[in-house]
Amino acid sequence: MRAYTPKDNVQKKPYYTDRYWVAPQVAKHDVSSDEVFAHDLDAIKAKFEVLDAYIQVDQMVVIINAADNFAVIEMLKNEREYNQLSEMSAIDWLATEGKFEVFYQMLSMSKRKRLRIKCKIDEKESLQSVEKLFRSADWSEREMYDMFGVVVNNHPFMKRILMPDDWEGFPLRKTYPLQGDEFAAWYEVDKIFGKEAREIIGPENRDPARIDRYDTERFSRLGHEVPRGTDITNGEPDTPLVYQEPEGVFLIEKFDAEQSVVISDRHR
Amino acid sequence: MQQSNRLRPFFENITFDRVDNEMILNFGPQHPSAHGQLRLMLHMQQEQITKAHPDIGYLHRGMEKMAENMIYNEFMPTTDRMDYIASSSNNYGFALAVERLIGLEVPRRAKVIRMMLLETNRLMSHLFWLATTALDIGAMTVFLFAFREREYLMDLIEDYCGARLTHSAVRIGGVPLDLPDNFIGDLRKFLDKLPENIKDYEDLLDTNRIWLMRMENVGVISKEMALSWGCSGVMLRASGVEWDIRKEEPYELYDEVEFNVPVSDKGDNYARYKLYMAEMRESAKILYQVLDMYEGTEPALMAHAPQYISAPKLDIMTQNYSLMQHFVLVTQGMRPPVGEVYIPTESPKGELGYYINSQGGAYPYRLKLRAPSFWHTGILTDLLPGHYIPDVVSIIGTTNIVFGEVDR
Repeated sequence: MRAYTPKDNVQKKPYYTDRYWVAPQVAKHDVSSDEVFAHDLDAIKAKFEVLDAYIQVDQMVVIINAADNFAVIEMLKNEREYNQLSEMSAIDWLATEGKFEVFYQMLSMSKRKRLRIKCKIDEKESLQSVEKLFRSADWSEREMYDMFGVVVNNHPFMKRILMPDDWEGFPLRKTYPLQGDEFAAWYEVDKIFGKEAREIIGPENRDPARIDRYDTERFSRLGHEVPRGTDITNGEPDTPLVYQEPEGVFLIEKFDAEQSVVISDRHR
Repeated sequence: MQQSNRLRPFFENITFDRVDNEMILNFGPQHPSAHGQLRLMLHMQQEQITKAHPDIGYLHRGMEKMAENMIYNEFMPTTDRMDYIASSSNNYGFALAVERLIGLEVPRRAKVIRMMLLETNRLMSHLFWLATTALDIGAMTVFLFAFREREYLMDLIEDYCGARLTHSAVRIGGVPLDLPDNFIGDLRKFLDKLPENIKDYEDLLDTNRIWLMRMENVGVISKEMALSWGCSGVMLRASGVEWDIRKEEPYELYDEVEFNVPVSDKGDNYARYKLYMAEMRESAKILYQVLDMYEGTEPALMAHAPQYISAPKLDIMTQNYSLMQHFVLVTQGMRPPVGEVYIPTESPKGELGYYINSQGGAYPYRLKLRAPSFWHTGILTDLLPGHYIPDVVSIIGTTNIVFGEVDR
């Protein structure tokens, strides 16, 4: 029987797992340990529900409800001096929780602090755009949509950004294979030559490490050489290995120990 | 009827007979001054741009997806291919993020060498920027001069790690090699000559009428716009925001060296050009100080953390346990603790950040690459309207975008 592979996460798995391995944790510190962050958190807590908040590797992480995302970021920008949205994207937790986690990485230049706002949404749920607050979210949200399929409301131009417009599937989801899916394999063939050329051209090889043992055009077969292009799908001809023609090659003489000179002094 | 998908020329991109007299010009994806595969769809009224849509993704290799399927050390050579003009800074950003995630302290000599690599890369990147931008504007001499100097630096890096473009010269936990014997002397020789070289460029450009016409008051980015678009590095500092991550959130030995952060409040192309030139001088200043630091450091190059970092080669070849541990780390990979981290560094292009979400496995659960050029390309949407066709070239030039980084 073929081994079961989970379909909800097709990412590469380590070949060795230790079932007794307990992974250590990166320390989470209480927000009260940092005065600046504590004030910021109090300001958020006064108006919004905070699900969790901690400091990890010198940056505060605040987990909020997805519905509050615009209001919280607006408040942080206008009242708490977080003047740049340096990054935002999503994390795919569909396999375990059926949710996406969206994070907003913010920077306050006056306070020299960085914090991360996080919220979780369901697969089909959409999110409010923060493009009105930070123009940088324009492209980030498009990238997030492109890679995960997280739709953002009130975005001026919700279109794919890195992948072609007519692409199917969302490449950074855990269900999307690294080498691309069926659609990816036929995409360029269909686009350039048309569907009717599928049989002639065949699917695109998207695995750069693929080896075809029957391909005698592109693969050398050390020790089992056959003439280039031989069809060996039904067994291969027995080709004896001959490294030099029996009658010798023009200008090249076979080695003869009797006639050769041994040089003892290499600086001669 | 022509079919747009076939390999035959067709003319969907240029429409001549529209009622509103608007022309849509397709700039790229193959354009010599786009510095990569950038397609700009420009809506034109005569020569003036009314709307701009940058279209990217022509160099998209899915690095974030690749990272999720690789052990941490395996990903290092891939980071080279982001900003391939200054690849050590990408290596460094990734190494630093993983080190912070684990909580590693790197030996001092490794820090010194990393500082040298980072600043050499900054010089290389800025020289490359100057050369290509000047060439786009038409200053061939500057291009040749700047490439000549960059070549010295490339040779120097080649002496160190053997590669000229994709260095992979930083490892998680330190650096792989000590400096070769001639490195410090050669670098010092180069630095001694650098001020003259920079003066040469400036003599050619600073008062050059063509250069000034193409640069001054072109591509003005206001402070609000720069902040809103997530600009960083020179793009931000030219708009009057004094923010250099090396200064504000120092990493490595940047808190031990003296250097200034050049700022301008003009926000135009010329301001950015002046900042690049000033930054080269500051880099040289840092390098002089770092060269003096190298003497008297302990010879260790990699951090000692058996759970994550392989032992030195001598130990691997002589001690059984080190060999076993090395074997496990190479075949299975290190497993950083569960947690997440976002570490920004000041790469030559701006804020280069790595967000890593680790679930305690050998592969990162999610790795987000925050590349500065991505937003510096995005800002073209708002920056180009109102400008003229020739300005597009000089604006793309001074944004200093690299498409390995935009598309990742």
